[in-house]
Amino acid sequence: MSYIKPSFRHPDLPSNDLGYTKKDYEGVLSTLCAGCGHDSISSAILQSCFEMSIEPHKIAKISGIGCSSKTPTYFLGNSHGFNSVHGRMPSVATGANLANRELTYIGVSGDGDTASIGMGQFAHVVRRNLNMVYIVMNNGCYGLTKGQDSATADIGSKSKAGSVNIYEPIDLASLALELGASFVGRSFSGDKHQLIPLIKAAISHPGFALIDVVSPCVTFNNNAGSTKAYDYVRDHLDATSTVDFVPMKKEIVTSYQDGSSKEVTMHDGSVIHLQKLAEGWDPLDRESALNALHTARNKGEILTGLLYMDAESQGLHDMIETVNKPLNSLAEKELCPGNQALQNINESFR
Amino acid sequence: MKPTNLQGPDYYHKVVDCQYACPAHTPVPEYIRLIAEQRYTEAYMINWESNVFPGVLGRVCDRPCEPACRRGRVEEEPVAICRLKRVAADNKGDIQALLPAVAKKNGKKIVLIGAGPASLTVARDLLPLGYSIDIYDDQSAAGGMMRSQIPDFRLPEVVLNEEVNYILNMGAVTHFNSYVSSLQEVLDKPYDAVFIGTGAPKGRDLPALPGRQDGNENIHVGIDWLSSVAFEHTSRIGKRVIVLGGGNTAMDCCRTARRLGGDDVKVVVRSPFADMKASPWEKEDAMHEDIPIHDNHVPKEFVVEDGKLKGMIFEKVEAVYDKAGKRSLLPTGEDPVFMECDDVLVAIGQENTFPWIERDLGIDFNKWDMPAVDEQTFQTSLPRVFIGGDAAFGPENVITAVAQGHQVAISIDQFCRGEKVTERPAPNFEIASQKMGMHEWLYGNDVVDSQRFIVPLVDKKKALKNHKVEVELGFDIATGLKEAERCLNCDMQTVFSTSLCIECDACVDICPTDCITFAEDGEEKDLRTRLSAPATNQTQDLLVSKTLPTKRLMIKDENVCLHCGLCAERCPTAAWDMQKFFYSESQVGRTCKK
Repeated sequence: MSYIKPSFRHPDLPSNDLGYTKKDYEGVLSTLCAGCGHDSISSAILQSCFEMSIEPHKIAKISGIGCSSKTPTYFLGNSHGFNSVHGRMPSVATGANLANRELTYIGVSGDGDTASIGMGQFAHVVRRNLNMVYIVMNNGCYGLTKGQDSATADIGSKSKAGSVNIYEPIDLASLALELGASFVGRSFSGDKHQLIPLIKAAISHPGFALIDVVSPCVTFNNNAGSTKAYDYVRDHLDATSTVDFVPMKKEIVTSYQDGSSKEVTMHDGSVIHLQKLAEGWDPLDRESALNALHTARNKGEILTGLLYMDAESQGLHDMIETVNKPLNSLAEKELCPGNQALQNINESFR
Repeated sequence: MKPTNLQGPDYYHKVVDCQYACPAHTPVPEYIRLIAEQRYTEAYMINWESNVFPGVLGRVCDRPCEPACRRGRVEEEPVAICRLKRVAADNKGDIQALLPAVAKKNGKKIVLIGAGPASLTVARDLLPLGYSIDIYDDQSAAGGMMRSQIPDFRLPEVVLNEEVNYILNMGAVTHFNSYVSSLQEVLDKPYDAVFIGTGAPKGRDLPALPGRQDGNENIHVGIDWLSSVAFEHTSRIGKRVIVLGGGNTAMDCCRTARRLGGDDVKVVVRSPFADMKASPWEKEDAMHEDIPIHDNHVPKEFVVEDGKLKGMIFEKVEAVYDKAGKRSLLPTGEDPVFMECDDVLVAIGQENTFPWIERDLGIDFNKWDMPAVDEQTFQTSLPRVFIGGDAAFGPENVITAVAQGHQVAISIDQFCRGEKVTERPAPNFEIASQKMGMHEWLYGNDVVDSQRFIVPLVDKKKALKNHKVEVELGFDIATGLKEAERCLNCDMQTVFSTSLCIECDACVDICPTDCITFAEDGEEKDLRTRLSAPATNQTQDLLVSKTLPTKRLMIKDENVCLHCGLCAERCPTAAWDMQKFFYSESQVGRTCKK
């Protein structure tokens, strides 16, 4: 087995605005099972950051525990990383983000790390609208401990050993919508055409952005009867829309058909272009997104794409009115402005 | 696009760029792997079977394989294939026992005119089958231009003798110092077939240039002069020498002149430096020996005073290219340049000449007054006469002569057995999985980063003192191993099974050089633009799968594939497999007869 990726790359690799090629965004060779959906998601994250020309040292990858949470080693090798405690990625991300608001925070978690042990932390980070991308690599099983059903396994889904799941699943997208998430998307690891623009939009979104990515576990949950197998997911995909992300700096040159298309302008001026497929759904209307999710689930379909976005979203820093300067860069002079400043504050309360 | 046709050897053969480019289709990656395992004798024999003169070619081959080498497309320099061949030759053991056994005489008699690489290849292929072979040559030993035109300091005589003797010792009857002056006389003898491998023996001259006749004593035709040095008729030359010409013969001439007393040797060539016919490394070697190359100088006159050559006058020109890329050399209008010299060597090309072939024998001659030769069978219009090597289509190189020799042997064998010469045996090929375990392969799939290693040279002073001292020392064993590691193993094919693929994208994500794409169908021209990395190298094929369940196709651009096997390692269903493709060009007696 190879542990080192050859260092040669395609001689015609394109460079981004920073002059970097994709190689500058790579990590080390994955040690996940061959064919793991997580590797595709890693590749999509890498591609998104490359295309958006984000400086690698301006990104922090934070994860919990599990197969999914191993992946930050396999992408963005030149970025900051923190492999935290099981289910505690949100609190570490919150701390890091509060200390330095200038980085792009990419949280990577799994269905176990989010929907089981990390459920409490997940709920609260959604509520707080922390400015981060929260990616769930959702394979419906505990792959690291040989494939037991996880909390997102669908009822009736059959495991590799033949047992059928009898418990109701937690639908993380619906839950996030209920908890007030300001950006919710769902995608499939095998569909980078959809996943990459979604990740890019999520990175641009000021506030909490959840992307629940169905990511088949080839080793333990890719059997007939599983609702998270490659074949099943492909057969039951239903997209809200085709997604196209146009960054702020780029001119929109593609011409789109009128009628069924919708453009959503983001906080930083970027545009998400959606070719709408789902009926009665509006990406800016939380209730319609919840309805669309319910309808799809009742039909046995997996609804993907951008489900909901709050174009007016404000991140945690704006909500709690922190200073614009990253807190970690405030020196003693700013933190202890002296006796006179204290007197002034005290005076203001009199 | 239609799925790639993988029946027969054609597709995978083309992927092995070096082997495909080699006129004799030597299985290069296979022998380089054997060198990496220090199995030099086996590496040598793989070479010997396909190119007959590994020791010679490991030193003087024109190396069409190296510009083709895939490594040259992913980094600066190709693998030093040629010099690795020499490593195999230098370090091999005794190969006597591995040479083919010679069968009982089959009663057929063949005559070979000329004892150069083409003839010797014909002899090597036919002798083991029981043919009786007579060889005629006007030189005193076999080897043809390898002996007469390639200087000792590039190809030591002992190396040449060894490989020539492997063939002669199979029982060829040699007639040296025998110039054949009439083909009629040969045809009158009871030979079943005649092969003409007389090379391109006539060096071009400048008969019309003023002063040519008067200065004759100090003006020499390059290949004749090299030959008289090789056979020790000439051992000195003047102190100041001008070599005319820009090909490999000119390089051999100037370097030989440096060793025979030429202190001030210069090469003067009509064309720009970049257009010179000489291989880049031969130009480098000449300049390394303090030989300047004056380009864009057209010879105008030999200056002779009192019957003695004083120098030459040149006109300065510049190359101008028209829209079609056709070059013309236009005078710059500058004053003519005079260069002093004691001797001039004219190495401006060579050609075939057949004054000894009567025109009424039934052999058709073409508009250039050359015998018409079939490009596949090398047969002339007189069915029992075959022509190959430089004699057939003009000056090429040793490896081309060898490749043609193999084809001639097939033709002669077919002809003598009463079969059609156009019915050729098919090449042999095998393809076998290299899977050894979950993610283990039978070949070393690590891709090393090392740059091409440089072959050490003998001390320049020592080299220039004696024209028999070989300049290149060859790789030592350790460097040879390191250079061998640079080979990308392009014969380890990435074989794709559509039916096993679950389209998980793992191969796309892992491929270091973005070779693999799953894409919607389309015309090739359009598809080439929308792959993971655009496939702009049109000489490299696309491997196209059958339609996958999502209606897409798997498309792999072969161009810069590292053959690292990562796609196959990351494939959960073994839809990708690494399979060794071994191709050996058809040779007489190698394939089962119907």
